[in-house]
Amino acid sequence: MLAIDVELLQKRFVVQKNREGLAGAFKDLFKREYREVKAVKDITFQIPQGEICGYIGENGAGKSTTIKMLTGILVPTSGRLVVNGYVPFKEREAFVKGIGVVFGQRSQLWWDIGVVESFNLLRKVYRVPPQDFKRRLDELVERLQLGELLSRPVRKLSLGQRMRCELVASLLHNPSILFLDEPTIGLDIVVKTEIREFLKQLNRDHGTTILLTTHDLQDIEALCSRVIMLDDGTIIYDGSLELLKANWSKGREIHFHFGAPTALAALEQLTSGLGVQWRLDHELSAVMWLPSEINVSGALARVVGAADIRDIKIVETNTDEIVREIYKTEKVAP
Amino acid sequence: MNSAYPELIRIRFLMMLAYRVNYYSGIVIYAINIGAYYFLWQAIFGDTPSLAGFTVAQMTTYVAVSWMARAFYYNNLDREIANEIRDGSVAIQFIRPYSYLMVKLMQGFGEGLFRLLLFMVPGMVIVCLVFPVTLPRDPGVWALYLVLLFFSFLINTQINILTGLFAFFVENNEGMIRMKRVLVDLFSGVVVPISFFPGWLEQVMQWLPFQAITYLPSSVFTGRTEGAEAWGVLLVQLIWFGVLLVPIMGVWRMARRRLFVQGG
Repeated sequence: MLAIDVELLQKRFVVQKNREGLAGAFKDLFKREYREVKAVKDITFQIPQGEICGYIGENGAGKSTTIKMLTGILVPTSGRLVVNGYVPFKEREAFVKGIGVVFGQRSQLWWDIGVVESFNLLRKVYRVPPQDFKRRLDELVERLQLGELLSRPVRKLSLGQRMRCELVASLLHNPSILFLDEPTIGLDIVVKTEIREFLKQLNRDHGTTILLTTHDLQDIEALCSRVIMLDDGTIIYDGSLELLKANWSKGREIHFHFGAPTALAALEQLTSGLGVQWRLDHELSAVMWLPSEINVSGALARVVGAADIRDIKIVETNTDEIVREIYKTEKVAP
Repeated sequence: MNSAYPELIRIRFLMMLAYRVNYYSGIVIYAINIGAYYFLWQAIFGDTPSLAGFTVAQMTTYVAVSWMARAFYYNNLDREIANEIRDGSVAIQFIRPYSYLMVKLMQGFGEGLFRLLLFMVPGMVIVCLVFPVTLPRDPGVWALYLVLLFFSFLINTQINILTGLFAFFVENNEGMIRMKRVLVDLFSGVVVPISFFPGWLEQVMQWLPFQAITYLPSSVFTGRTEGAEAWGVLLVQLIWFGVLLVPIMGVWRMARRRLFVQGG
């Protein structure tokens, strides 16, 4: 069964136009001008149950708008949308019982009351039987090490502590789909790693489908078997991370560390005709950039025989660079 | 009904208790208001035995009970809702299996209960000691008044919710909120009883919900409206409660389609 099924989904907003200057402001007072913005343009994708899918794109690409339609917050302008067997905005109250949502930039806990009071309120909101609630809470508290935080008011928690509590809050009713909108934003590396580990385990143990948006591609690398990339409201890539890298990565870098000072010209001469590029960091170390279509062994062989090499390191272009590249090229293309 | 709703009342009550210092000053402010209006009406009445159907004694009681009722039904739900819409936190409310408006109503009721128990009751005791207020002797009137007071709260809250929801349609409805506040205080009869209004305005008021908030219930409490007519007041309130549900549902539906969350 599909967890999320989206077909030709579209969302248009009507945005007020503000005219310039005093005269413009005066005109606005009597007759407003509006302009239509297409945030999401006819996107189609399916996510099977139990998958962890990353949803990436630049700021303003339409990620959050999509998440908000998938969670029933926004009503789509057109298109078909079935999540967990429901049409989110139509059967909202029944639908939201089966999903968990975490917004990295917005707290869903009650600011003034203790964390555990928030959890208790959520238990009543979702009508979780007390035994189930206790078991799940104990499990989550132990897994995320929240023990001593429970009695504190939410406003006194650090961001990392709060995010862990938000995760617990979104999972108390055992949802089968978890939506995460930038869950690791602003967190330090330790908490980030902890949250990634936790999500992986959750997916493995409970089969929870996870859809997350993020700007941190390490989240994607650590978690996602699949990536959907969005640009200006349209999907520009949908597939595995490996394939994305293979298709877009244009080459790799080989770092050399030499035993004796080496000149750039000499290195270029060694590999002439191969189409590689050299960059000298200093006289003992150089970087060779190798396009994907050329064999590493061929290029290496030419250098290894001729130079005194202490160390070699082959570096794949990392995902950040690939994605930056895609964003840039997509911006240029109409 | 969802068992989370009573829990919301309880939590709001506890939160109000946490910030209770605000309310000590509130009691003083209300007492001063009642005092000011008491002396003002004393001066207006002079030697006249009755004005617009009020005796001096009735007027004193009317002023005291109207202000105390206001302490109960008054809330800031309009501003709370408008703020939540403007800063986008209303989005969080849509991912919960409850009705946002019911949640707001419950929070308002928690606040109302707090004000009733820690504000209105002690305030009324103080006022009765200081000013010559005549309380009704018939327990039936007290019972009926409590019901009327509850509906005052409901109708006022409905108007607040409606005002707050306009934040979906305009970028800033602060002006509307302030205007509503003045209108409700004036037209509900807290400032001046409606029978003092010019004839045409009094006629207009008959067709607006505001009188059902203060003027009609207070008239029952002061004994100016009695017997079957008093039950008529409850009927008027019930009708307005029902009528006001219609625009709220309508605006809410429209808002759901229009909603776009500020800040991405």
